[in-house]
Amino acid sequence: MHAIEKILAGHCGRPSVQAGEIVTARVDFAEINDLYLQTLVSFREMDGERVWDRERVAFVFDHYAPAPTIRSAQIHKEMREFVREQQLRYHFDVNAGVCHQVLAENGLVCPGDILVATDSHTTTHGAFGAMGTGVGATDMATLLISGELWFRVPEIVELRIDGTPRPGVLPKDVILFVLGKMRADGAVYQAVDFTGSYVEQLGVAGRMVLCNMAVEMGAKTAYIQPNDEVLAYIERRAARPYQVQYTDPGYVYKASYHFDVEGLEPQVAAPSSVDNVIPLAEAGTVAVNQCLIGTCTGGRLEDFQAAARILRGKKIAPGVRLLVIPASSEVLRACMDSGVLATLLDAGATVSTPGCGPCLSAHEGVLAEGEVCVTASNRNFPGRMGHRGSKLYLASPATVAASALTGYLTSPCEFWEEAE
Amino acid sequence: MKTNLTGPALVLGNNIDTDQIYPGRFLELVDPAEIGARCLAGVSEDIAARFPKGGIVVGGTNFGCGSSREHAAIALLNMGASVVVADSFARIFYRNCINLGLPLLVCPGLSRQTETGDVLEVDIATGRVACPAKGLVLQGEPIGDYALSILEAGGIKPLFRQRRAQK
Repeated sequence: MHAIEKILAGHCGRPSVQAGEIVTARVDFAEINDLYLQTLVSFREMDGERVWDRERVAFVFDHYAPAPTIRSAQIHKEMREFVREQQLRYHFDVNAGVCHQVLAENGLVCPGDILVATDSHTTTHGAFGAMGTGVGATDMATLLISGELWFRVPEIVELRIDGTPRPGVLPKDVILFVLGKMRADGAVYQAVDFTGSYVEQLGVAGRMVLCNMAVEMGAKTAYIQPNDEVLAYIERRAARPYQVQYTDPGYVYKASYHFDVEGLEPQVAAPSSVDNVIPLAEAGTVAVNQCLIGTCTGGRLEDFQAAARILRGKKIAPGVRLLVIPASSEVLRACMDSGVLATLLDAGATVSTPGCGPCLSAHEGVLAEGEVCVTASNRNFPGRMGHRGSKLYLASPATVAASALTGYLTSPCEFWEEAE
Repeated sequence: MKTNLTGPALVLGNNIDTDQIYPGRFLELVDPAEIGARCLAGVSEDIAARFPKGGIVVGGTNFGCGSSREHAAIALLNMGASVVVADSFARIFYRNCINLGLPLLVCPGLSRQTETGDVLEVDIATGRVACPAKGLVLQGEPIGDYALSILEAGGIKPLFRQRRAQK
């Protein structure tokens, strides 16, 4: 069996599960973000009284942190009341950060877990050897009441990535390259397992980027077998006992795809589809108005370190906005302590408080008609970050920084090598 | 449950994501009528106002991809859609619609052979889709038993209440 199948079987009290069957599984942890007051509406509509376990539920305020409008302030207010009334152990208010980063930092996701959250990017937690998946508000309400959820057991496909990209080419470039080949519906309803020499040497941050973007090919969940670095990260933080699962030797995947990233050059997803991926060198001359480094995809210390390496001692181009939004307060603190934040401020960055920022056009830097943004975030759908007539290029944090410097979509590789 | 549905089609393309179905700037709304009035505002602002009650939304591949926002399903229901037929659906969107009692049918090819305004006949139990004016009959994938049981109960909320009462 695959590790994911073992996780699912273990959570429904069975020796094994088969792809395609519907099972009801116990869930280890549930997380609700501040977009979905509907979760509480549905909870009450189903006569919910108490959540199944006050130690296994967290609210994270990230999409509207801090509240940009009176209506979102009202959502926060009602959620805070629910947290109090239910005496929930975990509530991360507007001072915490993006749910996926905050859950990991607080040891609330562990290997072998099933984690369910009201956010599609819950696939991120495959980076920790957990089965993370996103659901809607009413699914979450049934989970809050019962502690379990129905799942269709997914087929599991292997995405094997081997090779060493060019220096300055980051995990985001690699996953964009893979996504461009797999397409936006290449893994719908399937689980993807990232393997290969490139994946094995990645640390926590890089693994989170790969698993995070797996949902952009439609995946239900993602998985990477934890290495020593991941296990050390977990061991320092884990809030609960856990058991790492391993795929049996000789496991046969539904399909295996191989990607050679030896010498890979920077990649971008051009407007307005996540799989419209081209080498940056083929994008032509593209003037940018805004550059965003942040979100659950590109807002970790490593991302800001990459940007600082390119921007140290330099100034961003006149008329260009560089938004820097750390994924969590822990990341913000690390950026301060390491001097990265000062470097970015000196270069002309606009720094916002931890959270999702303008990724989904909630606030903090939405785009006007005709504007172009190069972003380390995950989606470039029409109108995702503001006006439907704005355009988004998905790229690595290094490419975003290099583009802020010149005012045009720019490869980071030369700046990267200069800084050595 | 009525499994035979007839209505005029609204035909959309591939990869209609949930930001286009329900833009992020409206996520703070909670009133179903207000949410319905903004359905597909990311495609065109005036679609919801012109959509006929009981109309059938037709999409290409990967319909409902992207964000987990249940607002997308709430918006389609409250705009008056009776069913969504597409080449394929993204999974969270699929669950959200079934949970709320909005039927979905996988029928590859329909989006390329029909146009907005065509009257369609859709049988969600058998998966048969017809467009009499065009002499078109297609066989889609019948909804699975588990999803059908949720739809027959009127959605996951009544089904869940029913199951808890039995326990």
